[in-house]
Amino acid sequence: MLKLKGGKLFDPANGVDGQVRDIFVADGRIVAPPGANQRIDQEIDCSGMIVMAGAIDMHTHIGGGKVNIARAMLPEDHRRDLCAHGGHGESTRSGCGHAAPSTMTTGYRYAEMGYTACFEPALLPINARQAHLEMGDTPIIDKGGYAMLGSDDFFLRMLAAKEDQKAINDYVAWTLHAAQCIGIKVVNPGGISAFKFNQRSLNLDEEHAYYRLTPRQILKSLAQAVHDLGVPHPLHVHCSNLGVPGNIETTLATMQAAEGLPVHLTHIQFHSYGSEGDRKFSSGAARIAESVNGMKNVTVDVGQIMFGQTVTASGDSMAQYRNSGLANPRKSVIMDIECDAGCGVVPFRYRDQNFVNALQWAIGLEIFLLIDDPWRVFLTTDHPNGAPFTSYPHLIKLLMDRNYRKDKLLSLNPEAQAMTTLGSIEREYSLYEIATMTRAAPAKLLGLRDRGQLGVGAAADIAVYRDEKDPEAMFAKPAYVFKDGELIARDGKIVKEKWGNTHVVKPEFDRGIEASLRKYFERYHTMKLENFKIGDDEMREIGNGARLEAHACWRESDQRHS
Amino acid sequence: MALAELDFTCPFCGLACDDVRVRVETGAMQISANGCSISERALRGLSAVTDAQAPTRLKGANVTLAQAVTAAAGILRGAKQPLLAGLATDIAGARATMRLAERCGAVTDHMNFGAKMRNVLTTQDRGWITTTFAEVKNRADVLLIVGSDVATRFPRFFERLVAHSDAMFTDSAARRVIYLGDPTKCAASRAALGKLPVQVVGCNNEQLGEVLGVLRMLVSEHPALTGMHLESVGGVSFAALQALAQQLRSAKYGVAAWAAADFDFVHADLTVQRIVELVKDLNKTTRFAGLPLGGSDGDLTMNQVHVWQSGFALRSDFGRGYADYDPHGNAATRLLERGEADALLWVSSFNESRLPPPANVPLIVLGRADMAFEREPDVFIAVGTPGVDHAGHFVRSDKVVTMRLGKLRTSALPSVAAVVAQIEAAL
Repeated sequence: MLKLKGGKLFDPANGVDGQVRDIFVADGRIVAPPGANQRIDQEIDCSGMIVMAGAIDMHTHIGGGKVNIARAMLPEDHRRDLCAHGGHGESTRSGCGHAAPSTMTTGYRYAEMGYTACFEPALLPINARQAHLEMGDTPIIDKGGYAMLGSDDFFLRMLAAKEDQKAINDYVAWTLHAAQCIGIKVVNPGGISAFKFNQRSLNLDEEHAYYRLTPRQILKSLAQAVHDLGVPHPLHVHCSNLGVPGNIETTLATMQAAEGLPVHLTHIQFHSYGSEGDRKFSSGAARIAESVNGMKNVTVDVGQIMFGQTVTASGDSMAQYRNSGLANPRKSVIMDIECDAGCGVVPFRYRDQNFVNALQWAIGLEIFLLIDDPWRVFLTTDHPNGAPFTSYPHLIKLLMDRNYRKDKLLSLNPEAQAMTTLGSIEREYSLYEIATMTRAAPAKLLGLRDRGQLGVGAAADIAVYRDEKDPEAMFAKPAYVFKDGELIARDGKIVKEKWGNTHVVKPEFDRGIEASLRKYFERYHTMKLENFKIGDDEMREIGNGARLEAHACWRESDQRHS
Repeated sequence: MALAELDFTCPFCGLACDDVRVRVETGAMQISANGCSISERALRGLSAVTDAQAPTRLKGANVTLAQAVTAAAGILRGAKQPLLAGLATDIAGARATMRLAERCGAVTDHMNFGAKMRNVLTTQDRGWITTTFAEVKNRADVLLIVGSDVATRFPRFFERLVAHSDAMFTDSAARRVIYLGDPTKCAASRAALGKLPVQVVGCNNEQLGEVLGVLRMLVSEHPALTGMHLESVGGVSFAALQALAQQLRSAKYGVAAWAAADFDFVHADLTVQRIVELVKDLNKTTRFAGLPLGGSDGDLTMNQVHVWQSGFALRSDFGRGYADYDPHGNAATRLLERGEADALLWVSSFNESRLPPPANVPLIVLGRADMAFEREPDVFIAVGTPGVDHAGHFVRSDKVVTMRLGKLRTSALPSVAAVVAQIEAAL
């Protein structure tokens, strides 16, 4: 048994706010204090240190086709951040970092920062094997994926044919099983498909040229399905009109379109733009935050941007094509994919003296600071779209230190400074709130009951930080990181390599849906239905032996009617 | 083993067809449905190889696997600049190869990378707009094939994706197929298309860059063309190019396909770039997408793993402990010709005819048991073929689909992954 002695705990899932406590770990779990006949094998003195559960990134592009396209496209970016064999600790594998890091480096760097689970938010079902193979080669951290639906022709045909919600629910559940995912994401609802029909934009109530469906109908149907199936993670929504000035109206309307069903609006910074001012580009953060504050069914992650070189990788081929002229360096890859989805990869350099970029930075921070409830706003940069995930410690400092934030603001494009209220926002995040938004809340939102917390019975994913004045330094290199009870990183270096678990849900459904799917596959697809599905045994092979953790799906109606 | 008829996902070209049926009896395999010239040849060859003949040889003499592994590790350990090439394997083999490359500071290359590099350089320079097989099958109303012998390299391409009856969004019988380039590379495709006519606009492949350049000007109605009197470009009449430009512009969803392997001339990456820039021009008004064809011998499989584990494509040198990518300098043939590599490990698990380049360095081969060498390798280890002797994963030509490979027969042949891991352990 391991004892972490005398640390200051921040464990919002259990209401613990800075109290000094011991933690005991055995067989990968946090356990009750030992009895008289139990032996402590190892004791680590954590006095004066901050103890939190391992952090969870609930939206980060770490694996799958578009991520590997981004890697392949950017040798010049990798060369600025090469990681040699042994560079992250004895016998660690080589790779590269920065905007589109290699799989091994991704795992090491997340783990070194105290992150122990990451979720790939745009896993194309047709590309699921590749995404899981890449995540399979991402060491230490746990992984999971959200399957992208909403521009796939099977679903659009069902919806256009007005098939009943029950059949759609079965298809959504089947997809979660076949693609081995933990949630469902919709990206620019119907828009990826519409782009294949040469539509260049698609508003919430605009019809898809072929299916005569609107994004609103698609969104409602998928949100209903996720809810009916009891999938813990609400429908993960990348709204229409990403990046377009004035898109705040679409975003607010999208919140309403859910009609009270749980929805998670992702990288909302990119969807919070007004069209006021001389440049016809303004912050919509206050209205977005007000709306989120009032709608308990809505959660958001921010997608904060940071200045410097990165690459944007998205399933939203329509938006990425539109933005490809802004590519820096000037190259982009856009793909239409397999009657299933699409993707677009556009390198991008955010500049602090550029009006739009500086205001984007301020809008993201305004959203963080104006949303009251840290259980409903999540810390993301939409890695790598807003910035690489390695900028998280810096982002935490911006949230925790208002003087630092105000100084930064004063160094930006002056026109942008004039268009933001950021300088007048006094709020500073507390450690408890940081622990909420990076641990307890994402675990709750994903249905990971035994992660993101330090209660007895929880998986022993633990980060122990030195209590430093500078939160950026503190969060960059925890003193100790434990994954499933094993010490895997110390002072920012990997000390033990292992493979994390893969998190999935397997809701119940009527397998009768396979009859119509089989017909569809035989007529239109280029692979067999049976070969589309990824089995549990195959997942272990893909994941280098990683354990598959299936989380419970639970319907309120089950309890009401049974 | 009793007679069995099994589903087979075929790894012998980049199409990775999964509707093939194979009759298997005591290790002998015969295709009973949906075969092609490539798969039939491959399975015929493999059927002649049984476990009893699975050779492991040291300088031509039969040895145990363990002895061969020790000898291979010794060669790699003693080399100043080892070279891992060929690398025709599945995902598991690619993963193991990456570990080995890093451990021994090797240079990596794939037997097809000379061709694949033409596409890689294009994406690293300007990028492209591409599509995948099911989109071609269900959506493409215009298919432009550029200078490539598609049906010889991918025998069932037209049968499966073009000349079929079921398409969701287009009338497949009315598809327009246009071939632009070396007319001698079009005969097999014409035959494979059956009733569907193909319109041929002939020119030498070396002149494609020139022809495509003017075609780009025509589709984007470049003002420089006004008042210009061109009779022909690269041997193609200007009038024919004008007509072609009009056809491409009127496509609802056009696809331009090429196999970079058919562009075997200097600076052919610039020809690929012209194709994809033409596609970008067409997207200003309609939808059009490129379709790079490849994937055979696991070239995409190996490269995908290489990219996600190291960040870089093949032809990287791990001598400094990380991938130092140099697609020209690290070509296997170049290093061997210049005497810059002093040991070669060659992997060919799909095709017995893909032999290592001639080289005067210690040679280790992990290959099909029926490989016949002019120069016997110092170490030869017969390995299984993924999809036949063991399960695995294989990346299809359109890259977005990774196919699960099954297993057709019981086999004692070890996988590339297993042998490479043993060599690494013995280093």
